[in-house]
Amino acid sequence: MMNPSQGRGLGSGGGSSSGRKQGGEAVVEMFPSGLRVLVVDDDPTCLMILERMLRTCLYEVTKCNRAELALSLLRKNKHGFDIVISDVHMPDMDGFKLLEHVGLEMDLPVIMMSADDSKSVVLKGVTHGAVDYLIKPVRMEALKNIWQHVVRKRRSEWSVPEHSGSVEETGQQQQQQQRGPAVSGGGDDGVDDNASSVNEGNNWRSSSNNSRKRKEEEGDEQGDDDASNLKKPRVVWSVELHQQFVAAVNQLGVEKAVPKKILELMNVPGLTRENVASHLQKYRIYLRRLGGVSQHQGNLNNSFMTGQDASFGPLSSLNGFDLQALAVAGQLPAQSLAQLQAAGLGRPAAMISKSGLPVSSMVDERSIFSFDNSKPRFGDGIGHHHGQQQQTQQPQMNLLHGVPTGMEPRQLAGLQQLPVGNRMSIQQQIAAVRAGHNVQNSGMMMSLAGQQQVPFPRGGPQSSIRQPMLPNRITERSGFSGRSSVPESSRVLPTNYTNLATQHSSSAVAFNNFQQELPVNSFPLPSAPGLSVPPAQVRKPHSSSSYQEEVNSSEAGFTTPSYDMFSNRQNDWDLRSIAFEAHQDAESVAFSNSEAFSSSSMSRTNNNTTVAATDLGRNQQQTLPSMVPHHQVYGNGPNGGGGSSSVRVKSERDTAAMAFHEQYSNQEDLMSALLKQEGVAPVDTEFDFDAAYSIDDIPGLIGLKAD
Amino acid sequence: MQRQVALIKQSLFDQGYLDEQFMELEELQDDANPNFVEEVATLYFKDSARLINNIDQALERGSFDFNRLDSYMHQFKGSSTSIGASKVKTECTMFREYCRAGNAEGCLRTFKQLKKEHATLRKKLEQYFQASKR
Repeated sequence: MMNPSQGRGLGSGGGSSSGRKQGGEAVVEMFPSGLRVLVVDDDPTCLMILERMLRTCLYEVTKCNRAELALSLLRKNKHGFDIVISDVHMPDMDGFKLLEHVGLEMDLPVIMMSADDSKSVVLKGVTHGAVDYLIKPVRMEALKNIWQHVVRKRRSEWSVPEHSGSVEETGQQQQQQQRGPAVSGGGDDGVDDNASSVNEGNNWRSSSNNSRKRKEEEGDEQGDDDASNLKKPRVVWSVELHQQFVAAVNQLGVEKAVPKKILELMNVPGLTRENVASHLQKYRIYLRRLGGVSQHQGNLNNSFMTGQDASFGPLSSLNGFDLQALAVAGQLPAQSLAQLQAAGLGRPAAMISKSGLPVSSMVDERSIFSFDNSKPRFGDGIGHHHGQQQQTQQPQMNLLHGVPTGMEPRQLAGLQQLPVGNRMSIQQQIAAVRAGHNVQNSGMMMSLAGQQQVPFPRGGPQSSIRQPMLPNRITERSGFSGRSSVPESSRVLPTNYTNLATQHSSSAVAFNNFQQELPVNSFPLPSAPGLSVPPAQVRKPHSSSSYQEEVNSSEAGFTTPSYDMFSNRQNDWDLRSIAFEAHQDAESVAFSNSEAFSSSSMSRTNNNTTVAATDLGRNQQQTLPSMVPHHQVYGNGPNGGGGSSSVRVKSERDTAAMAFHEQYSNQEDLMSALLKQEGVAPVDTEFDFDAAYSIDDIPGLIGLKAD
Repeated sequence: MQRQVALIKQSLFDQGYLDEQFMELEELQDDANPNFVEEVATLYFKDSARLINNIDQALERGSFDFNRLDSYMHQFKGSSTSIGASKVKTECTMFREYCRAGNAEGCLRTFKQLKKEHATLRKKLEQYFQASKR
């Protein structure tokens, strides 16, 4: 569908002279000129200026000063626009609500803008799924490049929903720019069981896409070539359809609902699994956001979050406040609330206390999400890893055990210490979110102004309750037991490895893991406006490096988001100096190990390391010494002193498990080696070519090249 | 006349009435849209007059609904920012600070100043546009 055939579609604004046809697909040929933009702003001055600017970019502009009007315009002409730019503060409807509507109903990219540049509002934009957030006064340069969001979104639409993919290289991330995570495919039905988690993970990760994953590589045997040229027709989720959907989801259980089963339950002719999957993603994000969106406001102000980017807020927000709000609203059984709170608060608290890095808690949730589904699978696949099973068998317990009693109260206290105003606003926000959702759903499904109980909101509280639980569970399973977080490692490696990980400061590990996740998504929150989706992903962030894919794909059971995340992130993070001061309980062993791993990860080709890594998995004690010879401890990694400082920093945070993962993801043969050691036959990596693919697979370039 | 135009413009910038956003607007002006900036300015003053009116009324009521005032001012600030009305923007920011602090007197004071700046800018821009046309 995307045929930037004119070869000038790189934001230059160069107009192509190909005739304008009707319909959305046609306009792509002139891309980016002729991009159909809908601008919504109650300020006539801004509206006029924006229109002028957009026209100068050779976009086709429709102005609208009222959100309701904009929505009706969009509804009447579903494919009449490519992108929406909306102000945040509007008298008749909150810009974020509009954002949600558009995301859910039309699945168009929406850019938010405002004179308000406070972090909380920007964050809100992110969590609601805006693909970008512009601060007024808006400049031409900012507008010139909005076409990229359209491309990104469309690319993600091509990918089959069940594909899981890794996130693009984070290097492209800009401030407030959200990247569409690429999802490596795992498209056949065999992966369906994982699909939900994959979707969740993808959704969760794809902060920039509204429940769409950007297809970066064709890990999927279905072949990207076919998919990439297809634009699937959009399914309109009518009220009845959505109700059927929600009923099916509730019947299956939100966490367990997989598109295939939902599709079967719904039994709607003509509905494909992809439709269901993508809608499920959105739904999950919506649910999650119900629970989480109000949190981050408070968290931002939370002293715990000092120094942390606002983007981290929402993750932890999922826990305490919202649960309290839910409980208050009577929608959450007190018991569950307490449980959730304990777990939820405990975890972040634990993370904070351990590492002193509030971020970790945030990241934690995300990684938790992503780990969630994969974990059980992993366990199934591997089977004999007792550590794994341990974790699965002790869902809540681990977490609670791991949480120092001191932490929880502290966390709670911290949360409670929020200024009343904040809390109230949070409550209000929660209510607003609820109401917003209600309204939104009503509007969306029934096109009525009246508020009706629709499946969405009904399912909401329950789902949101469940959603928070996911992170908790995931956390636990992911090896937070004992507060060490190396979900990936635990999954991939035998328990030994996990133990190793536990030896090191869990927070550090967790922190590291999470940190790594961060780069993948500019914002950790799901992008889909209306849905909250547990970020459980099987194949997670796919970096352009092929090894990522290999890791993911080669292990049907193995592939876990954590792996992906780690590999992705690690690569990105390793080479960056991380500002956090992770506490280190890590012994020198861990240090050296992680260093070795990080070094090797940096070099990406360190068979020795791999072997060591696998050994590490086997026996932490043994591996540690074995690691040393390969890499020098402290600053003398394989890469020499050059990268050592960053390596060191990383090492401190890493645990061997982390390093392991890095190694793990590094190369196919490493993977194979590991797998062999693990007793699992290596699977052909489908993602081998991903690196190349991802690099080349830039829509604009593709179009250029193709034509 | 060109020179006078340039001088007026320069003084507007030097005195901080306008900032670089105004220049952005000027760049949008071309042969196809020769009066773009003036049109925008006209629109701005019309719309902002309405906002000022609303705020005036709200303040006169004496009820000091700070949320509402803040919301009005946010709009005001948005459009002022968009045309590069620098001083007006500053006053808007201050006003909002007072709103957040619940400082009624500060709001009143600032608003008076804001209206003054607004009126001054309006006059100067009118001069400027008139000079440009000649």
